[in-house]
Amino acid sequence: MERRTLPGRLSWQLGEVLATQAETARTKSIRLSLPTGMGHRAGQHVDVRLTAEDGYQAERSYSIASPPEETPHVTLTVERLDDGEVSPYLTEELRAGDKLELRGPIGGYFVWEARMGGPLLLVAGGSGIVPLMAMLRHRAAVGSSVATRLLYSSRSYQDVIYRDELERLGKSSTMLEVVQTLTRVHPPGWTGYARRIDTQMLREVAWPLEQHPLMFICGPTPFVETAATSLVALGHDPARIKTERFGPTGEA
Amino acid sequence: MSEGFFSRGFRGRRKPSDVAGRLPPGQYLERGFPVLSAGPTPHTPLERWDFSIAGQVHEPKRWTWQELLALPHETPTVDISCVTKWTKFDTHWEGVSLETLLGQVDYDPTVARYVIAFSDGGYTTNLPLADVLGGQAWVAFSYEGQPLSPEHGGPARLLVPHLYFWKSAKWVRGLRLVDHDEPGFWESLGYHNYGDPWKEERYQGD
Repeated sequence: MERRTLPGRLSWQLGEVLATQAETARTKSIRLSLPTGMGHRAGQHVDVRLTAEDGYQAERSYSIASPPEETPHVTLTVERLDDGEVSPYLTEELRAGDKLELRGPIGGYFVWEARMGGPLLLVAGGSGIVPLMAMLRHRAAVGSSVATRLLYSSRSYQDVIYRDELERLGKSSTMLEVVQTLTRVHPPGWTGYARRIDTQMLREVAWPLEQHPLMFICGPTPFVETAATSLVALGHDPARIKTERFGPTGEA
Repeated sequence: MSEGFFSRGFRGRRKPSDVAGRLPPGQYLERGFPVLSAGPTPHTPLERWDFSIAGQVHEPKRWTWQELLALPHETPTVDISCVTKWTKFDTHWEGVSLETLLGQVDYDPTVARYVIAFSDGGYTTNLPLADVLGGQAWVAFSYEGQPLSPEHGGPARLLVPHLYFWKSAKWVRGLRLVDHDEPGFWESLGYHNYGDPWKEERYQGD
């Protein structure tokens, strides 16, 4: 497993919201300007801290969606959890001109930089696309030609985050293939997959074993378990598979 | 740096005082049990599983799965806190204390002052020896009365509840006793070397 030491202390910064943009009915992107930038690598996340007027605070972690090349701006994409304490504020209350406290970058393992090469397999479930989008945007920003496949699972066409941008990215680079699956409903004429991710799908989309792809999987826990276990069963090297899991958290 | 700052329109969800007093700073109460791991879940068959203590010891020691289970069990009920902000109250575990395991090994505690826990999949984490003695740490194989599931670190994980949960290495296979501290996996990637939730030691420099 590779290592990289991040020196110094992670200080809280007060960013200013430049714009917000609805990505789907449940997710919103928040573009911020930071006093000193973030200095992140694609795949990392930040801690966000909200403070009420009486001093009460709540903290959560969110993935960075923007590439390092956009510094000193960063974009977070946040999915609203109905029973959440922080995400409803970020997706419904926060608006341009507001300030937001954050610190980072955090997490030095689930990271891709163009110089790490590929071929690259990115596997996303729902809002698990966010850190992988930072990788795709970084790849585009530096003009990388690393052969890349994205397998992205969403419930429905309306739930596909970054839908237009993914289509543009896929058309603009012959070295990038965007493969989608819709697990619940799909529009008439849908030509992508229409089921939950499984070993057969990964067999079709993942790179041949002899190409030793670098694999990143992000999504809800059962999704990540299925994808990672399938890739290992297909014979891929576990050390080349990096995962990031997030809630919902119900324990079985 | 943000004295006097507050988030316009944020009210938050106040916790009852009994909850608030039990939550380390910056944590929220979680009812589920989130899974976080950096790679695929390893599946080592029990007949090939063992737990070993090596490094700065007079003689390395290893236990098979059956030998581990034959040692005295303890059933700690503890609160656990993950660096990703969730805390879970009153989790019930069953395991063998590291006090018991280290008690079967001949080592000099003035020399072997640190332990490196190592796991299937290559994960490591470092702890001061003093933090795993005295009933503060276990090799746990059961959670809430059930065998520990693979996603949560089964067949066995370290349980060191007084530190952030990345120190409670999943899929643990042994300890290496060392005379000098060396950062483990997350400790090399920007996370705090010690990780006390009550001091909010999340990242380097905290």
